[in-house]
Amino acid sequence: MAEYISKIQEISKKILQDGKVDIVIGFSDGSLPMASRPCFIKSPEDTGKLIFDGNCGINLANYLTGKKEKIGIIAKGCDSRNIAQLIVENKIKREQLFIIGVPCFKMIDKRKTSLLFEEEITQVTESDDKIIVKGKNKEKTFNREDMLQENCITCMHRNPVIYDELAGELIKESDQKAEYEDVKKIEAMSSEDRWNHFSEMLSACVRCYACRDACPLCYCPTCFVDESSPQWVGKSADNQIDVKTFHILRAFHCAGRCTDCGACEKACPMGIKVRKFTRKLNSDAMRHYEWEAGLTTDKRPLLDNFRVNDYQDFIK
Amino acid sequence: MKLVSINKEDFYAGAEKLYNSYKLYIPVKQEDNSYAFKNSDKIDINNLTFLNTRLSPKSLVFPQTEKMFSYTTDTNSEDCNIIKPINKENLKQAILGIRPCDSASFGIVEKNFDTEEYKDPFWINSYKATTFIGLACDNPDSTCFCTTANSGPFDEKGLDILLITSGDSFIGKILTKKGEEAAKIAGWTTEAPADSVSAIEKQKKEAESKISSSISTDKIKDKDTLELYNASFWEEEAFACINCGTCAYVCPTCWCFDIQDEISDKKGIRMRNWDSCMFPLFTLHGSGHNPRDLKYQRARQRFMHKLKYYQDKYQSGIQCVGCGRCIRLCPVNIDIRRICDIMNS
Repeated sequence: MAEYISKIQEISKKILQDGKVDIVIGFSDGSLPMASRPCFIKSPEDTGKLIFDGNCGINLANYLTGKKEKIGIIAKGCDSRNIAQLIVENKIKREQLFIIGVPCFKMIDKRKTSLLFEEEITQVTESDDKIIVKGKNKEKTFNREDMLQENCITCMHRNPVIYDELAGELIKESDQKAEYEDVKKIEAMSSEDRWNHFSEMLSACVRCYACRDACPLCYCPTCFVDESSPQWVGKSADNQIDVKTFHILRAFHCAGRCTDCGACEKACPMGIKVRKFTRKLNSDAMRHYEWEAGLTTDKRPLLDNFRVNDYQDFIK
Repeated sequence: MKLVSINKEDFYAGAEKLYNSYKLYIPVKQEDNSYAFKNSDKIDINNLTFLNTRLSPKSLVFPQTEKMFSYTTDTNSEDCNIIKPINKENLKQAILGIRPCDSASFGIVEKNFDTEEYKDPFWINSYKATTFIGLACDNPDSTCFCTTANSGPFDEKGLDILLITSGDSFIGKILTKKGEEAAKIAGWTTEAPADSVSAIEKQKKEAESKISSSISTDKIKDKDTLELYNASFWEEEAFACINCGTCAYVCPTCWCFDIQDEISDKKGIRMRNWDSCMFPLFTLHGSGHNPRDLKYQRARQRFMHKLKYYQDKYQSGIQCVGCGRCIRLCPVNIDIRRICDIMNS
């Protein structure tokens, strides 16, 4: 991890000094254990602020849309896929970017760790396969593998798909096939059970829109829930139909575009498993079209592309 | 002020009695170990070491959605297009186990909802109908900074009764008339031993010494508003902000709302919903112009309001009680303590 950080700092310094970029977007140290803060660096002297560890799960591609300057950006596998996606969707130009690729060692799930530690965490130290968690009264060592974000557990693309320079050696990707067991479980429910399952899951939603705002795909100038003339969706927290409309429609807007980076779920203050919706769409994209989002900048996105051999059994 | 001793059995029996006389809210442990205020009497003494509820209890007085008026657009009705108040019956409610920072927050919010000039009946009626039975904090978190933000772990502001844990019993400090009434209903009438006062004082000092973080706001007060507003640090400090409403919605002192009409068929409801200065729609003009068009401008607004404008307007400290929720729940680690330090330096 320390090697990653020094390499990230070294590359960032160089590209800022050489004038290749105006800013570098990366992570700075957080004010709490298991937190990091996205930041931008303008001056080569400040590159020492850049860090990288298992708490950098926020997707930095989210900070690119509409930017005019030349940008250096730190990109894990998922960030790089979202960058590719944004390039294809004309939200940023490839020439504007210097992508510092970070083969990802998978991110730590803060909630899972807090739940298992059961008291305030004052310090967390990571090594390759362990994390040491300290509180005021106790210390516990966990296997890193047991503390990962759920999207990282099933991740098939830890290596950046596009980059200009790497901050570490490429990793051997998992050779397992994506099984989507979680999706299959929900698919197996009766429609009534499924409705109840989602209703219960979303009942905690406070409509803060953190899931949307943390998502690099959600760059609409005005989100459909914010449209006011005409207003499409009611705004109360009482009306669960409106709450569901927001979540389900938002997920559909991500169909064929979602990289399962997990930022939405990480951002939710209520711990709602919003990925359940996007996972289903990702699973369908894979099952019917053998499509995974953001793997290349050469192909049009799934839903603005037609192929004669497309799955079309659903057309009756 | 009266001190009463409440043993474990009295406490449980009292909760049950309060439940029968008030709409009683207590902190309940959720599946994910977080806490939420729920209408119940099944309080568990073992769970009362909780830090605080994930969401503040502000919604019990100021619901996220409040239906205020109803109307019909049915031309066959004689009430067509006449807007009528929905008369909400403000049942007596009690919040048992509210933390002192949260009860102090109501006094801050009151300055907005109950002024000489404007009186918000929804908030005022609901507030008046509420009895606050607080629970002193013995084990604050490292993100708690209440002692430098209008409050403290044993703060009594806004409370009717303060409960102080003493082994597996409690000492109850009856602070108001409302508190006397609640204590009577709960059957908490056993006078506490004479040395309780000094014991509470000692416990209070211990708890206060455990508050490890603090903020300074003294210089902000004297700074020129425009200078602070135009300061160069905002863009950098607010860069990470994704403009979600988490901080505002979990905050006990954020009071902004939006009024909406919703019509289904011909029946309409005029309601108010929580709003957040982080949302672009918050300031979007009918013309399409948005005076806070950029993300950092919206983030700046929240901190300027809490730490500068509120101080200037009311001359009574900042609009924050240091509960630390926004710090713990911000998805991108924007820390009000850090922003405050920069503003104050």
